[in-house]
This record gives sequence, structure tokens and C-alpha cells, in this order.
Amino acid sequence: MSDHLFSSILELADDHLILGHRLSEWCGHAPTLEEDLSLPNLGLDLLGVATSLYSFASKLDSKCRSDDQLAFGRLEREYKSCLLMEKPNEHFGYTMLKQLYFSTFMEMFWENSLHSKYEDIAAVASKSVKEIAYHIRHSGEWVIRLGDGTKESRNKMLEAIYELHPYTDELFHMSKCSKQCLRDGYLPDRSKLRSSWITRIESIFEEATLPFPTISYFHAGGRDGIHTESMGHLISEMQYLQRAYPGQKW
Amino acid sequence: MYTQGLLDHSEETEETPEFLAAFQKRIDQEEKIEPHDPMPRAYRKTLIRQISQHAHSEIVGMLPEGNWITRAPTLKRKAVLLAKVQDEGGHGLYLYAAAETLGISRLEMTEQLLKGEAKYSSIFNYPTLTWADIGAIGWLVDGAAIMNQIPLCRCSYGPYARAMIKICKEESFHQRQGYEVMMTLAEGSKEQRDMAQDALNRWWWPSLMMFGPPDTESSNTDQSMKWKIKRFTNDQLRQKFLDAAIPQAKRINLTIPDKNLKWNKKLNNGRGGYSHGPIDWEEFWRVVKGGGPMARDRLRARKKAWDGGKWVRDAATAYARKVKR
Repeated sequence: MSDHLFSSILELADDHLILGHRLSEWCGHAPTLEEDLSLPNLGLDLLGVATSLYSFASKLDSKCRSDDQLAFGRLEREYKSCLLMEKPNEHFGYTMLKQLYFSTFMEMFWENSLHSKYEDIAAVASKSVKEIAYHIRHSGEWVIRLGDGTKESRNKMLEAIYELHPYTDELFHMSKCSKQCLRDGYLPDRSKLRSSWITRIESIFEEATLPFPTISYFHAGGRDGIHTESMGHLISEMQYLQRAYPGQKW
Repeated sequence: MYTQGLLDHSEETEETPEFLAAFQKRIDQEEKIEPHDPMPRAYRKTLIRQISQHAHSEIVGMLPEGNWITRAPTLKRKAVLLAKVQDEGGHGLYLYAAAETLGISRLEMTEQLLKGEAKYSSIFNYPTLTWADIGAIGWLVDGAAIMNQIPLCRCSYGPYARAMIKICKEESFHQRQGYEVMMTLAEGSKEQRDMAQDALNRWWWPSLMMFGPPDTESSNTDQSMKWKIKRFTNDQLRQKFLDAAIPQAKRINLTIPDKNLKWNKKLNNGRGGYSHGPIDWEEFWRVVKGGGPMARDRLRARKKAWDGGKWVRDAATAYARKVKR
């Protein structure tokens, strides 16, 4: 059982770590002092989930790697996060839109994992569902404010939607390992969450007076370790100390 | 509107000798002064200067440590550092709010900072070069800040004193996490021990300078002591810091970079204490006056965040107006 469960948990953990890392980049550089506090809060919640997931994965790992070795010790092609997570924080609107896309998806994902046959997953689902309600509220309110704020903010949100929406479909893809986890009753069917996700995002976009886009071609590849160019830079920064001083305690 | 009301209040204060004597009597009786109480203009001005400088220090202070958030070595260290830097932002927020009760807005204070008109603790104009700097800052810089800040919990101005109680609790935690980072490095490989010693070498003297010029040259001390804004002099606080930090360094086998450091039985009213070698006050004044190695970078980073976030703040204001209608 452990191989496919290990790989599926790693996919989830990588999503949380990479997005949490991007959020952490804002600390001290946000548009308002209040956001200098709330963006790290979002990042901390995501890092907390990532830490739990890496520790579960560590227990299942045939190579017996620790949670930190899994988080900081792999090569670029071995990270399985969706491409959306690594997309750079071009501006605050990107960050909020990305958060809304991810959190809306994860809320449904965790709700459907509350009765997972794998107890650790059910436990993290129960914790995350509570946190994520705030993430949706926070990012959703900003998407509405920015979409329906000034002409400039609206244009910036249109640009963010144009850039990021093509990366959303990967959230619903079922990798080989996740299909096996679905059969075992460990994890939910991502593909079944798509229509409900679209309805929820459409409703927020409507309030934000933003158009829900029609996308002719979606990008994917993260689950196979085929990332965008920004990923290598992200992990080279994130892994710097572990690479420069291998095998030490911090 | 609230701040405007307070401003008007201050303009109306007539500073007769009777008024000043009555005010001093309240201070001497350890009464807390609250925002709507009459107070001398100079008391208000001193507090605005001090609290806003303190708030700016918290905000600018997010930058040197923030420099390592994306490079923190483990999941735990990353979360702790992120939470720690976020705490500093929270301190900035309370302190701006405390200063606002004296009749100045956060926007005015922010503009003063960005124009380079306001000061902040010049320690943050030094660079964080290695991971050990994160340990050294928590241990020494937050350690020095606590020495300064604990007496402020009893400051005569109520909102400042109350803000400081929460801040001190968090700073004490920060100090311990910094020391724990240093202890882990000091118990690690030779490279890690060297990294820890190098950080101590670079942060030690600037940390001693954080208490400000010697009492013989400090212009604001006397009046601030009389008003119970300040409870100890710069040199007294520096002494407390030395006496606390030196045994901590010894415990983890790190060497204080001061050849003249010695135990002096006469200090602390005969209880003994450490006396230190000469502090390079030229460096202190150079850094205070904007000559710190990272001074321009720090302000540039704050300005970039502020200017870059204008469209976000404008949108929030525009949207709030629409919703109100």
C-alpha cells in the first residue's frame, strides 16, 4: 500500500510547501501592514499542513528520509507540486487570486477527506478545513475589492486571471498514485470537484465584476516533475543551507 | 476623526506652572496618563517621537531577518522565523496604534519614515550575512531590546505601557529562539561553530550600541526619567545586558569579541558586573546618521513595498466607498 500513498501524500505536501514558500516571500514587503501579518499567517498554515504531510510521508518512505530531507533534499524533477503553486508573486493580485483558486479547491478536497480510511489524512483534513475557510474569505474578499476597486486594480486582476487561470486545471488531475488511493478510500476524486469549483469561483468573479475566462489550453506537468523555469530558482534558494552544509543539524 | 479630536485637545492645554506641577504630581504618584488627559506639549512630543521610532524599528526590523525566511534550513526553522518576523510586524501595528492616541496618524508616521525624516533603531542597518545572524539577532538584538522594553511596561503613558506588556512577552520568546539557534550551531560542526562565532563577532558591538550614547552624552535622558517614560539610564541598561549575555555566551563556548572584558567587583553597587572595552562611538554616530551598510537598502525596500502597494490600498478605499453607498 505504501508506495502510492507515499507518492500521493508527497504531491499534497509539495503543493503546500511551495505555495507556503511563495507566501512567505511577502513578509515585510506587503502593500499594507495588516497584509504583512496576514500573508505570513496564510503561509504558516500551509507550512504547518506541509510539515504534517511530510512526516506522514516519511513514515511510508522506502528510503527512510526524514520530513526535512523530503522537503529540502530532492531535485527539481522530484517535486510533484502543481505548476500553479510555483508561479511567482508578480503582484499582490496574483497572490490573492492564486490563493483563492487553491483554497477553494482544497476546502472541497479536505471536506471529502474527512472520512479517509487513512487516519492521518482524516486528521489533517479536519484541521485544514477550519483554517481554509479563513483563507477563502481573505483571498476572496481581496479578489472582489481589487476586481471592483479602481480601473487600475481591475486591469491588474484581468492580467492575473489571464496568466494564472490556465494553470488551474491541473488541480483536478488524477495521477496514477492518486487513482489507487481513491480505490483504497484514502483520498477523494479530484476530477469530481471541478464543476463545483467552477461554480464557486464564478460566483466570486461575478461579485468582483470579473469575467470567468474560457481557456483554450491548460498547462500541467508538475505532478510529473515537469515544472516552469521559476521552480529551479525557488528550490535553489529554499535548499541553499541544506546543500551548502549537507547532513548537519539546524 | 479620533486623532483630530486629540490634536485639538493638545492645542488647548495651557501650560501654567500649576498645570505642570499637577501633571508631575500625577506622574510621581505612578498614575497612568491616558489619551484624553491633559498633558504638556513636550511630553506628547517626546512620546510621539519615541513610540513612532519604536514602531518604525519593528517594521524596518522585519527586513534583515526576513532576508532569511526563504532560506531557512528546515521546516521548523522556516515556520519559527516566519512567525517571529510576523510578530515584529504585529508590534509595529500596536505601537503605531499607541502613537495614534497622541494625535498623529499612521500615514503621517509612515511618510516620515519613507522620507528619511524619522529615525529607527540603527542596528537594522547592518546586513544579515549567514544563518547564524538569525540566531545572533534573536539572542543579542532582541535581548538588548528586552532590557530597554521591560521598564517601558511601567511607562507613565498608559497605551504605550499596555502595548509593551504584550510585546515583551513575545520578545522574550524571540530571544530564547535566537539563543536556541546559536546553541544548536555551537553544538554542531566546525563550520557551524565558526558561523556562530562570526555572527557574534559582528553583532556584539552594535548590540551594545543599541542602548544609545553614554549617560554623560545623552540629551533626552533627564526629562524622560522625570516623566517616567524612561526608568533606567542608557548605561544602566547596557550593564544589565552585559551581565546577562556574557554568561550565556560562555555556556555555549562562544567568545565575546572584547579583549578588555573583565569582572569588576565594584559594579552594580558592589554585587559585581562585567566591564567592557571602549565602544566605537564614531561608528555608532555614523550609522545613526544614515551611514549604516544597509541604510539605503532598508528604506528602498520599505518604499518599494509602499509605492508598489499603492494600487492595492487605492482599490480597497474605492471599493469601501462603493459598498458604503
